[in-house]
Amino acid sequence: MRTKRLAVPYLIWMVIFTIIPLGIVLYFAFTDSVSHAFTLENIIRISNYMPVFINSIWLALISSLLCIVIGYPVAYYIAGRSPAMQRFLYMLIMLPMCISFLLRTMAWVSLLDDTGIINGFIRTLGLKPLPLIRNNGAVILGMVYNYLPYMIMPLYTVLIKMDRRLIEAAQDLGCDSVQVFQRVIFPLSIPGILSGFTMVFVPAVSTFYISQKLGSSGTTLIGDVIESQFKAAYNPNLGAALSLVLMILVFICIGITNKFSDNDEEVVTI
Amino acid sequence: MKKIFCILLCSAMILTSAPLPAEADNGYINVYNWGQYISDGTDDYIDINAAFTKATGIKVNYMTFDSNESLYTKLKTGGSTYDVLFPSDYMIAKLIEENMLAELDFSNIPNYRYIDEAYKNQAFDPENLYSVPYTWGTVGVIYNDKYVDEEDIGSWDLLWNEKYSGKILMFDNPRDAFAIAESLLGFDINTEYPADLRASAQKLLEQKPLVQAYVMDQIYDKMEREEAWIAPYYAGDFMMMVEENEHLQYYFPKEGFNLFIDAMVVPRNAQNKAGAEAYINFLCDPAISGENMDYLGYSTPETEAKQYMDEETANSPIAYPSQEVLANGGSFLNLDVSANQEMDALWLQVKTMGSLDSYGHVNGFEIWAMALLFVGLAVYLTAHRIRRRRRIAQRCAKWKT
Repeated sequence: MRTKRLAVPYLIWMVIFTIIPLGIVLYFAFTDSVSHAFTLENIIRISNYMPVFINSIWLALISSLLCIVIGYPVAYYIAGRSPAMQRFLYMLIMLPMCISFLLRTMAWVSLLDDTGIINGFIRTLGLKPLPLIRNNGAVILGMVYNYLPYMIMPLYTVLIKMDRRLIEAAQDLGCDSVQVFQRVIFPLSIPGILSGFTMVFVPAVSTFYISQKLGSSGTTLIGDVIESQFKAAYNPNLGAALSLVLMILVFICIGITNKFSDNDEEVVTI
Repeated sequence: MKKIFCILLCSAMILTSAPLPAEADNGYINVYNWGQYISDGTDDYIDINAAFTKATGIKVNYMTFDSNESLYTKLKTGGSTYDVLFPSDYMIAKLIEENMLAELDFSNIPNYRYIDEAYKNQAFDPENLYSVPYTWGTVGVIYNDKYVDEEDIGSWDLLWNEKYSGKILMFDNPRDAFAIAESLLGFDINTEYPADLRASAQKLLEQKPLVQAYVMDQIYDKMEREEAWIAPYYAGDFMMMVEENEHLQYYFPKEGFNLFIDAMVVPRNAQNKAGAEAYINFLCDPAISGENMDYLGYSTPETEAKQYMDEETANSPIAYPSQEVLANGGSFLNLDVSANQEMDALWLQVKTMGSLDSYGHVNGFEIWAMALLFVGLAVYLTAHRIRRRRRIAQRCAKWKT
């Protein structure tokens, strides 16, 4: 009973700031902006934005996969150090997150600009400046840079909590280090990969700041469209419908990833 | 623990929401102005808001917007109230039409008499009931003479010149952007014909691959650092930029350009109308206006104010062009609702999609790659499941025997 009462403040919070706003989004998505009558037009008009949706998902997917490729070895390395070293390295991973996300993206802009620091250096070497900014690569770089800690954190947590005895048992039973990784460590770290993937993919697919700063006038993500529906076009209904569809897409993605993790234990009882 | 956290969060919210005008305190006015649009004390110029507080005891809550459209959205979505706004002509007409502005009490604004007759009773406010002009100016092309050839300038088509691909900036608001395309195509800048708007949108789409970014206030930084070389913008802002980078130049495009007036208005739901009028009156004081415009670079609607200004600024042919040049300029009028909506929709299509009809093309490679990834994962997953089931079955069999 006591625990129930403790949860009340948060439940109230959740109702006011999650459930009710969600209802408002639903209401907007299914009503007309002028007459406020029920309509499906907003949802139908979304099909126009399919290329933007696909592009957003594609870029977010690439960034998430890159985060796994980059983040896994890092988490593995950290998990293998002494506790003091672990704390230090973990802090280093977390440190950039203490600085504002907007500021860090702006910093990338001044690094990558045609007149930026990197191209300035290239120019002093007498070479031709590189097109570093305003392309998909720069957007992916921004996503990976900003969201990598979200991948490393769950991976590190999973790896550090892993039962060492399982690894020792595998070694005793004659596995070499590749086999140990392949058959014990990797399967056990899948939940970490999945939660890391979700934590990177979800913010990456809905970002608008990164694409606005690092992308070209052609790289428009679904976040940009939603933002401009509210800010410039004053069409909150279409904006709400877009957010709703994005949310459903994200749910589907999470659902698919969760499919991988329902690892029923390989324990056999008679 | 959660309770404490909740309380902390709530208090944090209350504390951070303090600048939002929750209570109607007579000692406050909420001013909503364009970014970098008032002398704020930098570079030894006057700090207008501080001077106003000193003179009247009324504190100023100062906030900024970056386009008429975002101002409008903010007013429409509500949530916050303002006492003084600084929209441009066509937006004032729209706000008047939608009954969102309060009639001013001109007995509280005696300095109104200094405003030149030429700027009173404009089309956007024919009887001059709602607005007091703050500045006026022109829209032209800013370019960097280090990179842009002299023979290319003179027309709006510089913004469509492929030689400078990736170094061109463009307005991030529909009205200004469409006006440029319309001037270039020979339409009136207040055209309401859907066909004209569509043709203009098509023109803007042609330009899109050359455009580095659609920006408003960021233009200062990009032009001063030479990250971009060409941009259409307001003459007053050019006056500010050229102080940072002497290679910047400005010209009035030969096809015609927008001549605008930004004026001060009070919204209907203002909480401190008297304070707002005092603020408007203060800004109309010739000495204040002169010093303010000196910093801003925009043009003052008060001849009286020029004596307080720097000689060079007051005689600048860019800030105060000759009648001959001005004859080529045109003012924005408020478009009817359907034309406005049409323009907004087209603008969004220009900005977010590759074309007006097909809504861009789907990237085939991306679809195939994603499909392949999914199929691969699905195959792996099923294979994994089958293998595991077989293994378990084997083990069961072993135990049973």
